[in-house]
Amino acid sequence: MLSGEFHTSYRADMAIYETARARRVLAAFLVVLFVLPFFGSPYWLDVLNRAAIAVIAATGLNILTGFTGQISLGNAAFLAIGAYSTAYLAARGVPFALVIPAAGIVTALAGMVFGVPSLRLKGLYLAMATLAAHFIVEFLVTHWESVTGGVNGTSVPAPSVFGLPLANDRMLAFLILPACIAHLWFAKNLFRTRVGKAFVAIRDQDISAEVMGVEVFRFKLLAFGVSSFYVGVAGSLLAYQARIISPENFPLLVAIDQLGMIIIGGLGSILGSILGAVFWTFLNEGLRLMVSALSGQFPGLVQQFAPLRLGVFGLIVILFLVFEPDGLAAIWRRIRNWFRLYPFSY
Amino acid sequence: MEFFLQLLLNGLVVGSIYSLVALGFVIIFKASGILNFAQGEFLLLGAYVFLAISSAHAPIYAALLLTLAFSAILGILLERLVLRPLIGEPIISVIMVTLGLSSVLRAIVQGFWGTDTRPLPSVFSLEPILLGPLPIARGYLYGAACVAVLLVVLTLFFKYSRPGVAMRATADSQQVALSMGISVRRIFALSWSIAAVVSAVGGILLATMRGGVDGSLAILGLKVLPAVIVGGLDSIGGAILGGLIIGILENLSGGYLDPVFGGGVKEVAPFVALVLILMVRPYGLFGKVRIERV
Repeated sequence: MLSGEFHTSYRADMAIYETARARRVLAAFLVVLFVLPFFGSPYWLDVLNRAAIAVIAATGLNILTGFTGQISLGNAAFLAIGAYSTAYLAARGVPFALVIPAAGIVTALAGMVFGVPSLRLKGLYLAMATLAAHFIVEFLVTHWESVTGGVNGTSVPAPSVFGLPLANDRMLAFLILPACIAHLWFAKNLFRTRVGKAFVAIRDQDISAEVMGVEVFRFKLLAFGVSSFYVGVAGSLLAYQARIISPENFPLLVAIDQLGMIIIGGLGSILGSILGAVFWTFLNEGLRLMVSALSGQFPGLVQQFAPLRLGVFGLIVILFLVFEPDGLAAIWRRIRNWFRLYPFSY
Repeated sequence: MEFFLQLLLNGLVVGSIYSLVALGFVIIFKASGILNFAQGEFLLLGAYVFLAISSAHAPIYAALLLTLAFSAILGILLERLVLRPLIGEPIISVIMVTLGLSSVLRAIVQGFWGTDTRPLPSVFSLEPILLGPLPIARGYLYGAACVAVLLVVLTLFFKYSRPGVAMRATADSQQVALSMGISVRRIFALSWSIAAVVSAVGGILLATMRGGVDGSLAILGLKVLPAVIVGGLDSIGGAILGGLIIGILENLSGGYLDPVFGGGVKEVAPFVALVLILMVRPYGLFGKVRIERV
């Protein structure tokens, strides 16, 4: 809390923005964010869009894993479900304004089906159940060829607004960024309601939560539903951005990457999901640029990109878990507080 | 009928290797409550190290011993450097750290040896012998025999030897074990190194059966998950039986259902079994049932 700031009502205590300044800073940031697409190069706009999609997916995973404490290794599968339902519906001429929520709902239903085992399972066991979900969905996606196109994949028509197709990343940014902000806004508010607080109660102690009148199973399922809705929307946007999707887009590595994002960003923190997803995406691009810049001196380096990336990301996850388990969000908070209290930091 | 028996036999042979890797899994879980998602990479690393040493013209026995020593040290180091700081952290952190570990180990393997399949000098002759009416590759048979011997040795180790009994005591209750003068830390280190060693043996056997090493060996680390769940996460006997069951299930479903679905059933069948078992009997055939009531 800022020194000299005192809350005199519960309303002020519950407010998302502690000060008017925080609100102004956020507004300025949003303005910059929406001006960016006019100036960015196609490459960086592609990265920006992918980062925004990753933010939605990571927020969804954080709702389930960080806030409700249900570990999920099935996120790649849920992304695939969202992406393939988008491909299926969009190919039949459904406008994108209906396709995206529909993809979210289909994924939410699938997520709830795989959430049913969570009634009896906790922790490790749930991780296994969702891992199995991943392999089962992967099997379906490669073998249900009439819907998914099998291993060759399927193409997705560009979304269009009043006959104007959103065919490049500059146009798509104006679809993806607002979607991302809307989902973040909803998530931030979710945890000020009874439902969100029930999620957190289940994470902290499920038996106590049940005693306090939280119907654990119902809220666990709901958490799976909400989380998978987010991931489904992310998958849908991913399909619109990539335009061609195949099973290769959704390996298990994607699910592990997303867990890595929320670990690095900070479990149980909306800001953490944003920081983690953006950090992860830009680090990936940074590595890629570095490798291609150095490939002149070290010709073998390009083949080494995949293992290099794998190793760097694994190492970062391990280092964060060992040295900073609360992630980037905690680092951010520390830096902010240092400036706020400067020069009397104690 | 012959087709069925052939599938059953193959299932048993492959299943025996699953049993071995599943055993490594269960040893770690029993002692320290950690589910090791990097088990497949232990296997991969073991196979590659064996390949590297034996292609330097070392005799097979020396290569084998050196690989096992390497794996034992690797297990101890990883436990000390990576897992121990996480004692008492939430499950998600522990799961994630083993996933991170698997990424790093796989990156090291790919960085050193690339992604192409490397042929392994054959340890056993692959000439088939007849077991009744069924032909079976000699190497498979020797592999299964190795596994059987190892499983018996490990069972005896847990039953009679001093460190084995200490490990079971630690698994039962860490506090009581500590108060009886058992060093729980040393037990954790021991369990990781045993797990790494048995995985390396599994990796070498599997690689010799296939005739080569490549990154796809690591998928075995995930395939043993159904095996340990079927048997019960904290049961050594269960791991052995679960491995055999999954091996047979995989081969039978692959043999009979692959033509129907156009392939891939073999890979997914263990995981379907995993979900079903989790729904019906989450603690497996022999696992300890933990009851919580509200």
